[in-house]
Amino acid sequence: MLNVDSVSRSFGDRTVLRDVSFPVGSGKLTGFVGANGAGKTTTMRIILGVLAADSGEVTLDGKPLTREIRQRFGYMPEERGLYPKMTVQDQVVYLGRLHGLSSAAAEERTAKLLERLGLGERAGEKLEKLSLGNQQRAQVAAALVHEPEVLVLDEPFSGLDPIAVETMVDVLRDRASAGVPVLFSSHQLELVERLCDDLVIIADGEIGAAGDRGALRAQHALPRYQLVVDTDAGWLRDQPGVTLLDLEGPRAVFDLDPGFDDQKVLHAALERGPVRSFGPVVPSLTEIFREVVR
Amino acid sequence: MTTYDAAKVVAAREIRVRLRDKTFIFSTVFFLLFAIAVTVLPVVFGDSSDKVAVADQAIAARLQQQPDLEVRVVADDAAAEQLVRDGEVEAAVVAGPEVIALQDRPGEVVNALSTQPPVRLLDPDAVDPFLAYIVPFALAFVFFFTSFLFGLQIAQSVTEEKQTRIVEILVASVPTRALLAGKVAALTLLAFAQVALIAIVTLIGARLAGLDSGVLTLLQPTIGWFVAFFLVGFVMLAALWAGVGALASRPEDLNGVSQPVQMAVMLPFFAVIFLGENESAMRILSYIPFSAPIAMPTRIFNGDTAGWEPFLTLVIMAVTGAGLLAAGARVYEGSLLRTNGKTSWATAWRSRTTG
Repeated sequence: MLNVDSVSRSFGDRTVLRDVSFPVGSGKLTGFVGANGAGKTTTMRIILGVLAADSGEVTLDGKPLTREIRQRFGYMPEERGLYPKMTVQDQVVYLGRLHGLSSAAAEERTAKLLERLGLGERAGEKLEKLSLGNQQRAQVAAALVHEPEVLVLDEPFSGLDPIAVETMVDVLRDRASAGVPVLFSSHQLELVERLCDDLVIIADGEIGAAGDRGALRAQHALPRYQLVVDTDAGWLRDQPGVTLLDLEGPRAVFDLDPGFDDQKVLHAALERGPVRSFGPVVPSLTEIFREVVR
Repeated sequence: MTTYDAAKVVAAREIRVRLRDKTFIFSTVFFLLFAIAVTVLPVVFGDSSDKVAVADQAIAARLQQQPDLEVRVVADDAAAEQLVRDGEVEAAVVAGPEVIALQDRPGEVVNALSTQPPVRLLDPDAVDPFLAYIVPFALAFVFFFTSFLFGLQIAQSVTEEKQTRIVEILVASVPTRALLAGKVAALTLLAFAQVALIAIVTLIGARLAGLDSGVLTLLQPTIGWFVAFFLVGFVMLAALWAGVGALASRPEDLNGVSQPVQMAVMLPFFAVIFLGENESAMRILSYIPFSAPIAMPTRIFNGDTAGWEPFLTLVIMAVTGAGLLAAGARVYEGSLLRTNGKTSWATAWRSRTTG
C-alpha cells in the first residue's frame, strides 16, 4: 500500500498542499479528483520524487520512498512527452532501461507491450509520424514497460478517443488486478465513478474526502428517498417532515427532515396502495464532489 | 541501478542519436577535408612556383631553361640575399657559386646547376611563415567550431527534452545528475573523437606531404597538447552548456540564454586570431583557462614555452573546470523542471526543485 502522510508543500508564499494524507491500496484503482489547481499534479510529483515535500512523507508498505523504490514506479505526467524523432520501440526500450531493465528484458517487454496496445506494426516508426491516438498509446507503453509496482497517472484519459479510453481502462484494471496500487487523476467524473474502487477528493490543497467509493457515497448520502407507487404520489406533500423535490405522477423524490423515520413514510404509502419501490437515493460522484468542494 | 549505470544508458542514447545526425557526419567530413587541405596545400603551392634570385648573367641563363623556376636577375649578391630574407624568393645563387635559402634546401635550384654548389641556410630554425600563420589559425578554428558545435548540441538536447516534456518522465526515473553526466560524457566523447581523428589525419597528412622533420618535431607535441587541452577545455564548459539548455524551454530561447557561454568560446577565438603575433599577449592568453586550449599549443608550436608551462595551465583549467561543472550542474538542476518560459540564472541558482 502506498501511503501519503501529512504532506505539505508551498511555492514561495503560496501554499499548494496542506497536510495531505491518503492511502492508495494495493490492487485498487484510486481516483484522484479535484478542480484545476487543487494540488493533484503537485501531489503526484511529490509521490514520484520529482518535487520534494516541505514536510510529511510518502511510504510504500511502511517504508519511506527511496530512489531505488521509486525506480519501480510507473508515471504518466499530465504534460505528455516522448522524443519525436526516435522510433516508438527505441524510446520505450530506452525508458525501460532507465528503470533498470537489462537491454534484453527491455526489448522483450517492449515488443510484447506494443503488440498488446496495438502498436506492433508501428514499432519501428518515428513517434512524430504516428496519429495522436497512437502517440498516446506509446505514452502508456512508456509508463508500463518496466511492469511498475506502483502506477501514478495524471489525467490518463484526457485527449483519448473512446477506443483508446477502453484500452486504457483495460490496462489500469490489469495492473490493479496484479496487486499494484494505481492512482489516477481525472476530470471525467462519470469515468472515475465507473472505474475506481477508492476515491480521493482534493480541494484547495486539502483532502476533502478519501476512502472506499461505496462508503463515501453512504457517508455523503442525504436523507433523500425515491418512492414509486401505482397511483399519484402527491399526498407526500402533506406528510410531516417531507420536502418534495420531484414528482412525476406515481414517482416521487423527497428529502426527509432530521428526526423523522423513513419507515413511517413507507407505511403511509402502503396504506394508500401497493409500493413498487422505495429506497434512499445514493448521491453521484458529481454531487459528492460538488458538496465537498463547496 | 546506480547513477553511474543510468548515466551510461543516457550517454549511449545520445551517441546513437548523434551518430545518425547529419550535423555530426557533415562536420566530421568538413574538418577532415580542412585538415588535409592545411597539410597538403603548402607543399603543393610551395613546389609549383620556386623563385630564385641571381646576379650572375650566365647562371641566370642556365636556370631559365628550367620550366619550374622563375628567375629574377638582380644587381648584386647582397640584393639577392635580401630578397631571400624578405621571403620574396625561395633561394638565391651567389658568388662561389653558393646557393642560399631561408630554412629549406632548395633541391630544384641545386639540381639545375651542374656543379652542385654548397647550400647555406640563413635561418634553418625558423618556422615556415605559411605554417607559422596557418597553425595557430587552424588550432583556433578547430577548437572554436568543435567546442561550439558540440556544446550547443548539449544545450539543444536538454532543451529538446524540456520542450517535449519527456524530462518529467526522465527525472522521475533517474537522478538529474545521471542525465547531466550522461549527456556531457556522450558529447565530450564525440567531440574528442572528432578532434583526435582530425589530429591523426593532420599528422599522417603532414608526413605524406613530405613536411620536413624539423616541422614535424614541432607539430607533433603541438597537436598532442592541443588534443589534451581540447578535452579539458570542452568538459570545462560542458555543464554550463547543459545549464543554459535547461534555462530555455523552447529552442527559440536558446540563442538568447546561451549568450554568456557562447562568448566564453568566441572571445578567446578572436583574441588568439588578432593577438597571435603579440608574444606577451599570447603568454597571458595561454594561462586564461578559456583561451589556453588555443594559445598554449600555439606557443608550443612557436617553441617559446618552458616544459612545465602546459602542465600548469592544465591544472588551472582543471580547477576552473571543477568549479564550472558544479555551477552548471546547479543551474541545470534548478531550471530543468521549470517548463513555463525562460528561467533566469538567478532563479535557477537559488531553487533546487528536485527532491
